Parts: sequence; structure tokens; C-alpha cells
Amino acid sequence: MVHWYAKRNTLSAEIVIIDYGMGNLRSVQKAFEHVGVNTLISREHEDIRNASKIVLPGVGAFKDAMENLHNLNLIELLNEEVIQKKKLFLGICLGMQLIATKSYEFGETKGLGWIDAEVIRFPDTELKIPHVGWNSVAYENHSPLYEGIVENSDFYFVHSYYFNADRKYATGICDYGVSFIASIQKENIFATQFHPEKSQTYGLKIIENFVNLENVIC
Amino acid sequence: MLKHRIIPCVLLKNWQLVKSVQFGSYRTIGHPTATVRVYNARNVDELIVLDIDASLKDEPINTEIITDMANECFMPLTIGGGIKTLEDVYTVLNAGADKVSLNSQPILAPSFIHEIATIFGSQCVVCSIDVKKVDGIYRVYNKKMGLLDIDPLELALEYESQGAGEVLLTSIDHEGMGSGYDLELLRLFHESIKLPIIINGGMGSPQDGIDALNTGADALAAASIFHFSKYTPDMIKKELEEQRFPVRRTFR
Repeated sequence: MVHWYAKRNTLSAEIVIIDYGMGNLRSVQKAFEHVGVNTLISREHEDIRNASKIVLPGVGAFKDAMENLHNLNLIELLNEEVIQKKKLFLGICLGMQLIATKSYEFGETKGLGWIDAEVIRFPDTELKIPHVGWNSVAYENHSPLYEGIVENSDFYFVHSYYFNADRKYATGICDYGVSFIASIQKENIFATQFHPEKSQTYGLKIIENFVNLENVIC
Repeated sequence: MLKHRIIPCVLLKNWQLVKSVQFGSYRTIGHPTATVRVYNARNVDELIVLDIDASLKDEPINTEIITDMANECFMPLTIGGGIKTLEDVYTVLNAGADKVSLNSQPILAPSFIHEIATIFGSQCVVCSIDVKKVDGIYRVYNKKMGLLDIDPLELALEYESQGAGEVLLTSIDHEGMGSGYDLELLRLFHESIKLPIIINGGMGSPQDGIDALNTGADALAAASIFHFSKYTPDMIKKELEEQRFPVRRTFR
């Protein structure tokens, strides 16, 4: 059986932030620096193979992102490293959406398919789209990423589409006209729809908790 | 629930942070990076930094200082001043900003907003409109071009149709006076545009913030109140929460 849990004061292993041409990765990197960890921003297969943890951030369109991952031959590599080798993975914003089965942003696009989910647009209501700003996250299933963070704390969101899936992997729920999944965990795969790197103290705590995760197989 | 944001707005001039009264009499209030660090430590919701020299003097964007400030920010950062091309937008976002604030360029070419929104997304486009009331009529004012014969609301509607993400609405008459936001102007905007409105200029007390939220503001920007008064963003939020407005809890 495999357990993932938060452990403090461990030496961080090498973390790679995947550079696939989708948005500014520096803000993610400096959040890791703030909690005392150097990371590598790279698209080189060797760097990704050598890393023990993988971070997939991203801002922009789903289709462009999948195309970029495909053109950089990263899809198969990510499947190997995350699904087969079970490396700890953190998807942020678009990086969370990409692990879904498919997205309906600008037509239908196939995702990485690590979790059975569809990425769909917020329904048209009087609420403004994109959903931008600080919104609170209620807890669903327990997640070590939220260790030390009070429930219903606010995190910073920027998105027009959301991750629609069974709640069995949901760890956080947010409400914006519809109740949607704000964070998930499936075994070694962690992801947040919000931006921890822009969410001040609690966001940095999530980064720290991810750094401190240890992959223990017993 | 989505929260109302309290956003300190800081002005940059000659590498210094300054504070103005009705767009004049600039007072130096400190070093930019140090000030940003303080706001970060105070856990503010967001920060807007406008470089007033860049647009006036046609100076290139100071990426060095933007990078320095962004390195101190773990909240959304909006940068404005002298952004004229898509390359400028890329430079600013790449230096660590999350949004750009545009003022002069879209007055000349509103389609610039559409170009940015298409490539980088609407969420990163903040359109700043400065308004001056002359003979009872609201008109657009621009630091470089002066008072213009443009109706601010019509300009905002044009920006909205071009795909802007937010409007930063500043009343020059109220700016730096600490006597409350221009609620009449805000009401006019709130009734006609769907874009989130960041109201700016004039907050002197938490009550001014309450009045603006009741009039339809989505977010409150302010400068003087945080630099020169006893009020901190947290103190204002606390009073807003007591009035049952949703705010991000950063206070105890």
C-alpha cells in the first residue's frame, strides 16, 4: 500500500517546474524559493526524469497547452514519470485541468486523462466570467496539502472553466454560482484550481506542504 | 463567495514611490521594493503599481524594478504606465506582473485591448480611466493628452466590448482628498457596465468604502489612506465585514 503524508523539515529533493510555453513560471518558482527550495524550470526530458517531484503550472487555453505538451513530446514522458513511476505531481490552475479526460474549451480537446473528468465552462448567470479573485475553499476529502490551514480560507482564482468530476478525489470545494472542485488528490497526483503562488500566506503554506510530502511505500 | 478586494494603489516616479493630490504635488513616500515588501507582509489582497513617468516621458518600461517588486509579491500584482505594444505587455507579465493597467494607449487604439485579451486573456487587462468633472460633465482626462472630449462611460463600454477584464475608475477631483469616492460617477458606471469596477480616489475612512460597495464597486483601491492615516487595509476590511460585505479574512 502507498501512503502520502506531510512531513516537516525534510530535505527537499529536486523539483522540476515544467516549461511548456504556458505563462509565467517565475512566480511559481519564487514561491518555492520563499519556502527555501530551489527548483528547476525545464522542458528537457533528462531534467524531468531526474526530478523527484513535478510541478505543472499554466495559464492560457487548454488546447494550446495540450498541443505544446505534445510538440515537446512531454505527454508520454509525464505518463511514465507520474503514472508509472508515481512521482509526486502538483498541477496548478490549467495544470489541474490538463489531467482531466477532456475539455470543452474551444471545442473538445483530449487531456492527459489521469482523472476521469471534464473541463467545462461556468454556466452563464449574472456572475462574471472569468471567476477572478479571492474565494474560500471548503474541505472535502482530507489532503496533506491543507495541513496547518484553517478550512474556508481564501485562495486566488483565475479561470473560466472548471474541473467537473466525481467528488471521490476532491479535497477542496469552492462555490461560484456552482459548487466546483477547487483541489484534488489521487494517490501521488495533487492539483489546485487556484494559484497557491498568488494566495499569500496560505498559498505559500500549500507549496511548503507539497515540498514536505514524502513518497513512502510500505 | 467571491470577496471584495481592498487594493493599495502606489505610484512610481523616478524610481521612488510617490503620492499625489489631484494628480499633482507629488510627495515621495519611500522605496518601491521596500513598500511592496511591507504590503506583502500585511497580506493585502492585491497591489496596483502605476509608473507615471513612463507614459509622460515615453520612457521604456523599467523591467528591473518590476522584477524586484514582483519578487516581493505573493499576491496578484498589476503594473501600469507606458504600455504601448504587445511586446510591452509580454515584458511586464514576464517580469512577474499578473495584470497590466492601460490608460493612454487604448484611448488612441481601443483594439489594443482586444489584441491583449486574445493572446493573454481578459483577466490580465485592467483598463484605467481617469475622469474629471468640468461644468458638471464627466470627461476623460489623460496625463499626456490633457482633458479630452470623451465621455468616460462610452469609453468604458468600448473597452468592455474589446474584452477588458476590469475597469480602474479614478476620479481626479476626489483623488488624494480623503473625502470619499465619487459615488455619482460610480453609480453611472455600475448601471451600465458589467465589468468589475475598481473604484479609486478619495477613500478617507472605512465608511467611504462601505458607501462605494453599496453603490456597486467590486473592489476598492486607495493610496493616501494607507500611507498617511491610521487605517490599514485590514482595519477597513474588518469594518466592511461588520457590515456583512464578503472580504478575505486577513485580520484577527
